[in-house]
Amino acid sequence: MAGIKDATAIVGIGQTAFAKQLPENERTLACRAVIAALDDAGIDPGEVDALASFTMEETDEVELAKAVGFGDLTFFSRVGYGGGGSCATVAHLAAAIATGQASVGVAWRSRKRGSGPRPWRDTVTQLPTPAQWTRPYGLLRPVDEIAMLTRRYLHEYGATRDHLFNVALACRNRANQNPAAVMYDRPLTREMYMTSRWISEPLCLFDNCLETDGALACVVVSRERARDCRRPPVYVHSAAQGLPAQHHGMVNYWNDDPLTGPSWATARHLWKHADFTPEDVDVAQIYDAFTALIPLSLEGYGFCGRGEGAAFTEQGALESGGRLPINTGGGGLSEAYVHGFNLINEGVKQLRGNSTAQVPGAATCLVTAGEGVPTSALLLTNRS
Amino acid sequence: MLSPVIDPEGAPFWRYAAQGELRVQACADCGALRFPPRPCCPHCRSFGVEWRPLSGHGRVWSYVVPHPPLLPDYAERAPYNVIVVELVEAPHIRLVGNLVAEAGAPIDSLPAERIRIGARVRFVADPASGLPQWVPERP
Repeated sequence: MAGIKDATAIVGIGQTAFAKQLPENERTLACRAVIAALDDAGIDPGEVDALASFTMEETDEVELAKAVGFGDLTFFSRVGYGGGGSCATVAHLAAAIATGQASVGVAWRSRKRGSGPRPWRDTVTQLPTPAQWTRPYGLLRPVDEIAMLTRRYLHEYGATRDHLFNVALACRNRANQNPAAVMYDRPLTREMYMTSRWISEPLCLFDNCLETDGALACVVVSRERARDCRRPPVYVHSAAQGLPAQHHGMVNYWNDDPLTGPSWATARHLWKHADFTPEDVDVAQIYDAFTALIPLSLEGYGFCGRGEGAAFTEQGALESGGRLPINTGGGGLSEAYVHGFNLINEGVKQLRGNSTAQVPGAATCLVTAGEGVPTSALLLTNRS
Repeated sequence: MLSPVIDPEGAPFWRYAAQGELRVQACADCGALRFPPRPCCPHCRSFGVEWRPLSGHGRVWSYVVPHPPLLPDYAERAPYNVIVVELVEAPHIRLVGNLVAEAGAPIDSLPAERIRIGARVRFVADPASGLPQWVPERP
């Protein structure tokens, strides 16, 4: 066996409703998503012995284990760097299970970011290293930091706001097919995009993800165990994390080449351990906190060359039936921004064949975590 | 407005800047410049540090124009500009700052329409706050 390749599978997924405001607190939402995922898998909560989540999660392992009624836990992990950790949660569980440290793993994310506080508003605690170099000048929010990269990207490669609109539209069109999406009944037009208010020029309202209340979870078990579960297994074919040399989170401006972010480092490891290539990917779920992350990620994960990510979005390439349908549930831009966990579950739905925007016969899916920070990615497949 | 919370590695940068001098941390052994400041050299692992004076000439590498919702002090000034400057002597060192009409001017003193990537800019210190600022080479 080469590492973790196809040694484990996602066998259950669960989610709560997504909304700008949900009445329940984060811990309750987490419990609901975890119980739903275990029920989907047909696994009793008492069998869970591994947990993984990522930082900026308010619900801790002790509280979740106690509330839901897990057995003894023998593995628990919390991946750093917020949205960069989503896919790594599955990777950590896969590694733990493949090496015999645990047998049933649950990864989760619960958030009250539609109605709750946003961490970057707490600027006092953010001012020490590294924020002392950026915040005093008014570079305050993630959108400001990514807009800086976006402006440079547009300048270097002749990309335009129309390319960013292509990304926003593809996600919105898929959300319009997904009744669970926050933007299900809200179509987007080019005119709406071009006349919307600025958030941080060159990024406008529709370049930004939705702050959402909601929770999701998935269940990972060994390949052997997966055969006995309620649902067809979705194998974890390859997984990687990436923190590239001399990287500096979000404001990667001090790197020799800020436009080649953590996705590049992640991709090198991800593809090295895969039996297929970017050309064989049927559908992709690419972290879209901001539209500009999509062209950067398309380049990083090898779907096109350096500087070609914007042009890749043309001619409906990201839409259903296009060259690479992306974010088929609507993504962070239009389904829900739950720190990227909805992208993992949507990848599983595609490979089970029951997405609301199903890619016919999809057998391979790339899922990525937040670009711009130390990140992670998964290659999923339903081929055994 | 927010003031930097200064750590031991970065303290000399702010001290020199307040005196109107742009200095960047350099390795005392191999001479490599590095930013942001940190305890040791990523090239030769030396813990020896010196602070190298630079000309203060740079070019706009990129810029953004934030709009509200923002923290109160910044919302009052919005839209303002934030720029990233690449230093002429060390283009891989890029400093975040604001392009202002003259030293001490507020962050919205220069209209964003006047900013271009590649435009030449010069380091100055805000006489009130001591924070670095950037002014156009050719106003």
